[in-house]
Amino acid sequence: MRPLLEKKIPLALVFIIGIIMTLQYFVPHPISQTIYDNSLMWNRAIASMAYIMAVVSFLRFHSRRLKDKNYAPYSLVAILSFAAMALIGFIGGTGSDSLFQKMYNNMMVPLQATTFSLLAFYMSSAAYRAFRIRGVEATVLMITAFIIIFGTTTIGNYVPKMNEIVEWIMAVPNLASKRGIMIGVGLGVVATSIKIILGIERNWVGG
Amino acid sequence: MSVRDFFIKLSKIDRKYIYLVILIGLIIPLIFPPRFPQKMSPQVKRVFEYIDTLPKGSYVILSADYDPSVAPEVHPMYKAVVKHCILRGVIPIGMTLGVQGAGLALDAFTEAERVLEARRDTDYVFLGYQAGGAVVILGLGEDIKSVYKTDYFGTKTTDIYALKPVKNYRDIALVISFSGSALPATWAVYAYTKYGVKVAAAVTGVSAGDFYPYIQAGQFIGMLAGMKAAAEYEDAVNRILKEKGIGKFSTSAIRMMDANSIGQLLIILFIIIGNIGYFLSRRRK
Amino acid sequence: MHISTNLWIWIQALLTLAIFTFLYKDNPLFRMAEHLFVGLATGYGLVVVYKNAFYPNVWVPLFQEKQFIFIIPFVLGLLYLTSAFPKISYMIRWPMAVLLGIGSGLSIPLTIQTYIIEQSKSSILRPPYPDLISWINALILFVGVVSVLVYFYFSIPHDRPGVKQISKVGLFLLMLGFGASFGYTVMARFSLLVGRLDFLLNKWLGIRPF
Repeated sequence: MRPLLEKKIPLALVFIIGIIMTLQYFVPHPISQTIYDNSLMWNRAIASMAYIMAVVSFLRFHSRRLKDKNYAPYSLVAILSFAAMALIGFIGGTGSDSLFQKMYNNMMVPLQATTFSLLAFYMSSAAYRAFRIRGVEATVLMITAFIIIFGTTTIGNYVPKMNEIVEWIMAVPNLASKRGIMIGVGLGVVATSIKIILGIERNWVGG
Repeated sequence: MSVRDFFIKLSKIDRKYIYLVILIGLIIPLIFPPRFPQKMSPQVKRVFEYIDTLPKGSYVILSADYDPSVAPEVHPMYKAVVKHCILRGVIPIGMTLGVQGAGLALDAFTEAERVLEARRDTDYVFLGYQAGGAVVILGLGEDIKSVYKTDYFGTKTTDIYALKPVKNYRDIALVISFSGSALPATWAVYAYTKYGVKVAAAVTGVSAGDFYPYIQAGQFIGMLAGMKAAAEYEDAVNRILKEKGIGKFSTSAIRMMDANSIGQLLIILFIIIGNIGYFLSRRRK
Repeated sequence: MHISTNLWIWIQALLTLAIFTFLYKDNPLFRMAEHLFVGLATGYGLVVVYKNAFYPNVWVPLFQEKQFIFIIPFVLGLLYLTSAFPKISYMIRWPMAVLLGIGSGLSIPLTIQTYIIEQSKSSILRPPYPDLISWINALILFVGVVSVLVYFYFSIPHDRPGVKQISKVGLFLLMLGFGASFGYTVMARFSLLVGRLDFLLNKWLGIRPF
């Protein structure tokens, strides 16, 4: 009974729904259109409840860490801030003048933006200490990078034809390389989707 | 100490000194901005001119698919495009496929209300977040009001005055996806390929190179890439504001781009110094 | 210099500086700020998802408009709660299966069209071109795309004559592409830092640009 519930039913669902959704693209009949419209509606409904998983795993993880005295203060901060934000949002509303929006603008935005701004320091350190021109390929990479870095500065506007050179590099050789990668990615996406539908790709049901 | 030893030692300097140089290098132009002039690049021009020449009363979907981690680059673009649309009588419909984009998009529309006295549900509409990603994009092609039954503020979309003539992508002149990830590609796959609606991308510098194939294939009409594009667009919108006698300019991206330019030149210098030290130390061996 | 007296600006500034302390080394202040962010983000997401997605898409149709067909996605969505109970957590695979099936099925024809057909069409040589530059660009594009695809085709050994040379051209173009991406990445990373510094100098310390 367990293998049926754990693996066979989900795999069967993916197979049936996947085949129907692939075929409906090619069928212009009104029934096909109804299936399409209803599946989009149901998808939105189910996807809107997927956040439950995020909240459950967040609460489980941090409530377990409350027992560890090294991590307890931090996890307490996480749980309390979660509760505060949620309560303020549900009770006080989410309009532009609400406390909820003020907390978003003045706490969440700076915290996240600053965390990612640290990358500028690490990139500078890496550029100084680790980027070494060790061969032909690295030389090509660096020369192109220098042209683009300089060309994307406002000082680059003063150099005649700089904008055009940058645009040419991006629109011709860069485009060729990215398109080759893209076609490969497209083939990979299609292959993986087919494998999921046919049940060959089973990592999501535990292998 | 010889010149060679100096460069070898310099290339192995502690990283805290590198951080300090970067900090000083960025703070100085923020306090004493060089005020380099902006020159619109071809991709930015395409998007700008497309919106600029839309007939009054056209609709543009602005999807804020980004979060605070890329806000310094993408948020000024979003704010500038919202203002541009309203100034030209085009109605922007704000939405987002990512939870955190809702707060940022709301901030942009609030600024438009303050600067341009824009009226919600008349001059702009803000639909907010919807779960489902690609499925939402597909749903908008059938019926926008069934995907978004209410806007961000809880008003029924069937009651919103500005949305009355709009049913689906056939009534939308352009979709712009503002993103720090590959979501503009998702718009190309699901909105452009299936429904033929015009799409543009407004992205961070990191993903700019990846979207050129879409532009050349005609799947995007143009692209705003990175802070440089944000500064150029902001500058262009400031000129329209000046034309209309509205003095509330935004110069955040323009100012930051000047400092950014100095930082970028520092990186070139760092790579050169690091490699001089490397080659000199190799020769010694 | 006019230091701000706005409480929210001070909160922003202190949180920004707390994160910056990580540049020296990992410390309790940074960890507190990090955990504060995680909690705030989860709470924020819960409110926005409930108000904008769950309430209009599930609650209203099912409980107010009495469209009882919505009981099926509602029950499937509730199965996500089973992730809290290890013995029955396998049930989250059922709603995942529905979403995967719909997503995979929808993506196949559209991905083939967007990523393969349209991109291949745009790479093919289609003379005549108006001038020499357009010819050269079209040739570089065509040769480039083919050589990059050959480079990534690992089913044939790359030391074969012909394949070796073509994949070398592909590698050269890939390095050009990565160099271009790196160039833009430098601008992107600095933008984030400049954004925060601009806030600290301008809004918090009140140091206006001269």
